[in-house]
Amino acid sequence: MGALVALVLLNTISRPSFLSITVKNGQLYGSLIDILRDSAPLMLVALGMTLVIATRGIDLSVGALMAISGSVALTIVSRSSSPNRIGTILVAIGIGVFITLLFGLWNGFLVAVVGIQPIIATLVLMLGGRGIAFLITGGFITTITSTPYAQLAQGHLLGLPVAFFFSVGAIAIVGVLVRKTALGVLTESVGINPSASRLAGVRSRGIIWSLYGLSGLLAGLAGILYSSNIMAADANNAGLNIELDAILAVVLGGTSLAGGKFTLSGTVIGVLIIQTLTSTITFLGVPPAVTPVFKAIVVIIVCLSQSKRVRQYLGRIRRIRGAKRPIRLSGLETEVLAERKTV
Amino acid sequence: MRDISIEFPGVKALDGVDFTLRSGEIHSLLGENGAGKSTLIKALTGVYPIDSGTIRVAGTERTFAGTADAQSAGIATVYQEVNLCTNLTVGENVMLGHEVRGKLGINWRATHAKATTYLHQLGVDVDPRSQLSSHSLAIQQLIAISRAMVLDCSLLVLDEPTSSLDRSEVEQLFAVMRRLRSRNVAILFVSHFLDQVYEISDQMTVLRNGKLVGEYHVGELSRSELISKMLGRELAELESIARAASRTIDRTGDPILRVTGLSRKGAIEPTDLDVYDGEIVGFAGLLGSGRTELVRVIYGADRSDHGVIEVRGKSVRLSTPRHSSIHRIAFSSEDRRAEGIISDLTVAENIVLGIQAKRGWLRRVSSAQREEVVAQYIESLDIRPNTPNILMRNLSGGNQQKVLLARWLATAPQLLILDEPTRGIDIGAKAEIQREIAKLAEAGLGVIFISSELDEVLRLSQRVVVMRDRRKIAEFDNHKSFDIDDIVALIAKEGAA
Repeated sequence: MGALVALVLLNTISRPSFLSITVKNGQLYGSLIDILRDSAPLMLVALGMTLVIATRGIDLSVGALMAISGSVALTIVSRSSSPNRIGTILVAIGIGVFITLLFGLWNGFLVAVVGIQPIIATLVLMLGGRGIAFLITGGFITTITSTPYAQLAQGHLLGLPVAFFFSVGAIAIVGVLVRKTALGVLTESVGINPSASRLAGVRSRGIIWSLYGLSGLLAGLAGILYSSNIMAADANNAGLNIELDAILAVVLGGTSLAGGKFTLSGTVIGVLIIQTLTSTITFLGVPPAVTPVFKAIVVIIVCLSQSKRVRQYLGRIRRIRGAKRPIRLSGLETEVLAERKTV
Repeated sequence: MRDISIEFPGVKALDGVDFTLRSGEIHSLLGENGAGKSTLIKALTGVYPIDSGTIRVAGTERTFAGTADAQSAGIATVYQEVNLCTNLTVGENVMLGHEVRGKLGINWRATHAKATTYLHQLGVDVDPRSQLSSHSLAIQQLIAISRAMVLDCSLLVLDEPTSSLDRSEVEQLFAVMRRLRSRNVAILFVSHFLDQVYEISDQMTVLRNGKLVGEYHVGELSRSELISKMLGRELAELESIARAASRTIDRTGDPILRVTGLSRKGAIEPTDLDVYDGEIVGFAGLLGSGRTELVRVIYGADRSDHGVIEVRGKSVRLSTPRHSSIHRIAFSSEDRRAEGIISDLTVAENIVLGIQAKRGWLRRVSSAQREEVVAQYIESLDIRPNTPNILMRNLSGGNQQKVLLARWLATAPQLLILDEPTRGIDIGAKAEIQREIAKLAEAGLGVIFISSELDEVLRLSQRVVVMRDRRKIAEFDNHKSFDIDDIVALIAKEGAA
């Protein structure tokens, strides 16, 4: 959270207009609003990624799945006789997302039933998925003109971007799913100790299978948003490298790649950090090719500050310099009494 | 005569503990988990800094800011896991950091020769050029002790050195310890095995709840007195678990579980077994006799090849743990770390896990229900610390085992399978768990109980099954007249046959 605040401050100092929000035609505009809107696809994907990572897995196929859902939806709309009807749009979105849900379940099947390592299992779709997307569009970058469809990524509702509502909706639904049912705790249990969970009677297989399906579904929605933004099905660029950003967001948020306990709110903050970072870099006029380096530096700084060892090291330096601190027995008591953080 | 004495008048988590260790003495440190034993040792070896009190070594007051300081004061430690480098040779390990150097670098021949001298001093005869990993754990421990000698230690700390050793290896270790004692090394021996403590030590110090109970000469206290001092209450508790043989079992109806011809390739030969309501069936046998394999197949943790399982007269398929839990069979694995505890979840979440797994992910156990169940078991099993939101990893082994027991009991099973439930836990918790098992069986729960401590098996079971080499070799009703030697003889007799 501190990192996000720091980034926001940095931006505001360099261009005071960063924080300004203007109202035009009853709709809000401004850099902050842009961030909320542009972060939606990443938010959806990162939420799904958090849960998959919690099971000690990973989903590298999300980018490719974005391409697929975009291709499916746009193909349906472009072939339809009434591309401006809400009904058509809903069908297109529904089928697009359903297809990626199936692909997600396929991933889950490979991991949970066949027992293939997640990184390999999802790599299959990562490599082949875009080819599938191109097959669906017949090798073209399908474009459409459809006012309702464009509204998804570009429109406003109650003054705020529609895409933002996608984010909020996903956060709310996944949050409820995970904390109001036992799914969260059982997922953590499976991630922390798969054998013990199995012996305890937890349906680890079913849970892992479903979570990959969920990741696929969310990736599908993200793909719809992306295609709505450019009004085209670009199988090559849709969701390119988004899996890396998603993994990054999860890690920045505090969930461990080793699986087990996870935090959705952490991921949300991680996504906002990455999006703010992108916005900062763009504004600073850094050439696009150099952007990844900047990102990497910021990420390293955040990860170091989160690392226990680095904090211990800094603490020790303070102590050696003569600071009067009562020496505790390795902080055992602090650990023992610490309450678990949830969500 | 160099008199090594160490005093801790007051340390956090250790409340005003005084401790004295003299050279040429084997001194045992006793106490339950949580008594402060490991804290004391860590303060002594420089792992923890102390808050108040003094440490005096050979008359001079010392402060240890780290383990290197403790080492330079002549204190060496051999841990249970033997922290040596398995990829190096024996000689390299022994002489690590103190190799014989010449003008051109390390003189390996001389180094290995010196290593041999140190090893011989302890009566250990191994080739210094052999890989450390090629030797048994027992030998590796002796090598670790040789290393301590190279560091010229005057105080040697042995932390649970005998947990993984067999009888002859323990003898070898003790011979080495006596040799060191005659060379005026002070030895601090930490162990749960009271027999060994009595065999080898000169002095004993007992800790309880962070306080010093007392220091005694080994001949001063009888076993029961010692245990009373460690537990703070009478041994009567253990004795009060009425000898199980006195209870009769009604075997007229359908048994809870009937197993016929159950086998698994490479794990167990075809075996039959019956368990009735309120009956504790105890399994005796050596390591590798197939007891664990058998119960795992019964529970569905592993698949069987042949055989029939009937629950209350109806044939069932128990091919996964879920099937078993539907039939109200519960299983506590012998490896609680790998297959029992969920270390990063809280005590409450661990206890509720069994119930939650049964209900599925959709129907969450409500907070109110959870609190109630958890509070009930924390109290009845005396789980310490008694706060439900502590992470499982921070509990002692005994309390972790109790939490696991609570997890299974909360699912209201009709048959409870316990594989080594008292392994590696302190005496107090052992007694509590055994008492609980006896109580539950009296109330009608069927229990399969595996333990390598034969006195436990005899104390609790109505029927005893003896296994060897993956088969059942004997089964009999537990009689007052049966004792440990009888079972041992049974195992031995079959072995000779």
